Amino acid sequence: MRREAVVTGVGVVAPGAVGAAAFWEMLTAGRTATRHITLFDATGFRSRIAAEIDFDPAAHGLDDERMDRYVQFAAVAATEALADAEPPLEEISPWRLGVSMGTAVGGTTRLEKDYVAMSRGGADWVVDRSAASPHLYRALTPSVLSGEIAELVGARGPVRTVSTGCTSGLDAVGYAAQAIEDDLADVVVAGAAESPISPIAMACFDAIKATTDRNDDPAHASRPFDRDRNGFVMGEGAAVLVLEEAGAARRRGARIRCRVAGFANHGNAYHMTGLRREGTEMARAITTALDQARRPASAVDYVNAHGSGTVQNDRHETDAVKRALGDHARRVPMSSIKSSVGHSLGAIGSIELAACVMAMDTGVVPPTANLSTPDPECDLDYVPVTAREHRTDVVLSVGSGFGGFQSAVVLDRGE
Amino acid sequence: MAMVITGLGTVSPAGVGTEDYWTALCEGRTLIAPIPDFDTSGFHVRLGGKVPGFDPNAHLEGRYVVQTDAFTWFAMTAADEALRDSGAAADGDPYATGVLICSCAGGVEFGQREIAALWASGPGYVGPYQSIAWFYAASTGQVSIRNGLKGMCGVLVTDEPGMLDALGQSERALRRGTSAMLVGGSEAPIGSPFSLACQEGAGLLSGDDDPRSAYVPFTERAHGYVPAEGAAVAVVEEEAAARARGARVRAVVAGQASTFGGVGAFDPGGAGLLHAARQAMERAGVGPEDVDVVFADAVGVPKADADEAAVLRQLFPRGVAVTAPKTGFGRAYAGAGALDVAAAVLSLEHQLVPPTPHVDDALLGLDLVVRVPRAARLRTALVLSRGLGGTNSAVVLTLPEHS
Repeated sequence: MRREAVVTGVGVVAPGAVGAAAFWEMLTAGRTATRHITLFDATGFRSRIAAEIDFDPAAHGLDDERMDRYVQFAAVAATEALADAEPPLEEISPWRLGVSMGTAVGGTTRLEKDYVAMSRGGADWVVDRSAASPHLYRALTPSVLSGEIAELVGARGPVRTVSTGCTSGLDAVGYAAQAIEDDLADVVVAGAAESPISPIAMACFDAIKATTDRNDDPAHASRPFDRDRNGFVMGEGAAVLVLEEAGAARRRGARIRCRVAGFANHGNAYHMTGLRREGTEMARAITTALDQARRPASAVDYVNAHGSGTVQNDRHETDAVKRALGDHARRVPMSSIKSSVGHSLGAIGSIELAACVMAMDTGVVPPTANLSTPDPECDLDYVPVTAREHRTDVVLSVGSGFGGFQSAVVLDRGE
Repeated sequence: MAMVITGLGTVSPAGVGTEDYWTALCEGRTLIAPIPDFDTSGFHVRLGGKVPGFDPNAHLEGRYVVQTDAFTWFAMTAADEALRDSGAAADGDPYATGVLICSCAGGVEFGQREIAALWASGPGYVGPYQSIAWFYAASTGQVSIRNGLKGMCGVLVTDEPGMLDALGQSERALRRGTSAMLVGGSEAPIGSPFSLACQEGAGLLSGDDDPRSAYVPFTERAHGYVPAEGAAVAVVEEEAAARARGARVRAVVAGQASTFGGVGAFDPGGAGLLHAARQAMERAGVGPEDVDVVFADAVGVPKADADEAAVLRQLFPRGVAVTAPKTGFGRAYAGAGALDVAAAVLSLEHQLVPPTPHVDDALLGLDLVVRVPRAARLRTALVLSRGLGGTNSAVVLTLPEHS
């Protein structure tokens, strides 16, 4: 029999809401967590707003400097997901327990801080190594993210960090499902984390005007598919899903939230940041993921959009979904939670999958906040402003990232 | 399903190209030298394995050179050789081929320059390419774009074992309809003082000034490793498809497995490495008597060396030829496992085990190949790799049937 991966637990650390229940309440209420940046002094930057988390590591027993902020987010989300799923860890061989965690920029916030301290504010090319923090080496490589989560759960099987830019959070979950399907593991803790709100990250998106400069109105700055949007709002956070082999999950009487039914990640082979309007490659990813799930396009009940709020993304994605779903694209609700929690780069894909699981759980699809006047070029049903009751059995979540990555994940209730 | 390697490319401290790489390995050449790019007198480590005289403009179009860090230059250059070598048609279905090139340090040198500009001059001084040059996905993205490859594209960050894990992930992709994967590891971690400072924190680098004694794993003199830069990229395909198009099958990727051994300790005790090796061999359908040569991780840290030697003694109670050619040029992080995979393929082809340079007093009960290459009947090679982050990976490569 074909092995399948199912989701049995969810944990979320998002701007405005720590914990999956609070996160879902915030999304469905249409609230936004975007605000003026407080994590550093953003004076002089083009974009000075972000979706930040008021996060107290000590409250989670994480007062150790060892873990970077993004790893702390992941640890908290993983703890919640495990408590939710209650996988029988004592009965599973540690060799059959895996971890798959995504991040786009990993420990760059700490790298920057230490570099500034070691270089007299950027003045010295040859740095003074004695000024480094003792944990600097842990910031260089984000393998530490999956490693720390592996330590948390006692995993000794395949443990990997996935770093495909802004599709990392979808790809990490997709790879986790493949590991279960291909009999490499029975349980995989999968998700993604990011804490990129730092001067260098804001400056590099400033340089290409990818982020919005709507600094006078932070609460309404992230406006996917809206005529007046002009870029994304940086975010941070983490989400973790517990994936188990379906048969074993059923036998132990786990609460099965959904199946990870299909996944594809393509390159667009076009441009590191630019997108061709037609969305051919994203459409291809959608079609491949649906084929794997053995679902026709017409079966999709809800599309969780990448919806970053850049003009090129929103149009590209709209066309990709039309190309892949045909006429059904006009009937299916499609929303972007980045309107509410911003764009946390590598983490957002997993946060969006967590929202998809909750949409299936509750029969409600979250809205695209701030969408008051749709871009005439974006003519699908983006669930503006208000959440909607809508039974959802098959979800499609899509992502698009620098590097040309185009990913699609299909979640359903199994066959 | 049998997955085979049909193309190979390397950029290493021996230069650009697998021919020079193999020649240097067989000669046991010393490619470790003082790090040339900046004043290292304030650093604990002062030696490195640098790709000599690499001129990106000789290999790449100008727009790719300015957009990218050296780790991506190496990846693109190695990918070119691998694609040429595989003879795959450039005008085929773009979705047929995917890219999975790993890095664990990213474009730190590029990043250091841009952070310096930001802090010294202000946010307006950060250039437009910082957002695409520094991150770990830069190489996969650029190689996909430059070669028009739209198949399954990914990036794993598992430190040194990156390419070994990527071979496993490529098998997942081939099972799901991708025809070929361009898979590898690439790293350029010694061109920037900041990058070097990051590595020093782990306390595992050699402080020796003599290239011949700085990186000597498995000996009583072992005291850390020398960092290096470089890349290796392979083209992998399903065997039947490769043969159908008349490709030269260079090696069979017979089995791969990954485990985790704990954060920051190189798998204490070696249980994780042992399990990965056993699983990879089981998946390959080979027993200890079938393995003809092991390419060891050989980190040069006494405790980790002892653990790896214990793993090898347990796996091969009757002994096996072991080599670690990287002692000649250093440890290139995600490039390290990749260059070892390349070395193993070349070794099978030439029926020759390259030596472990600078090591001639190996202890720990290993049959280490030293001083000169050893001619042997080689059908099966085992490649082992460990990352500081706790990852272990093993790959079994075998000689294709027709040879």
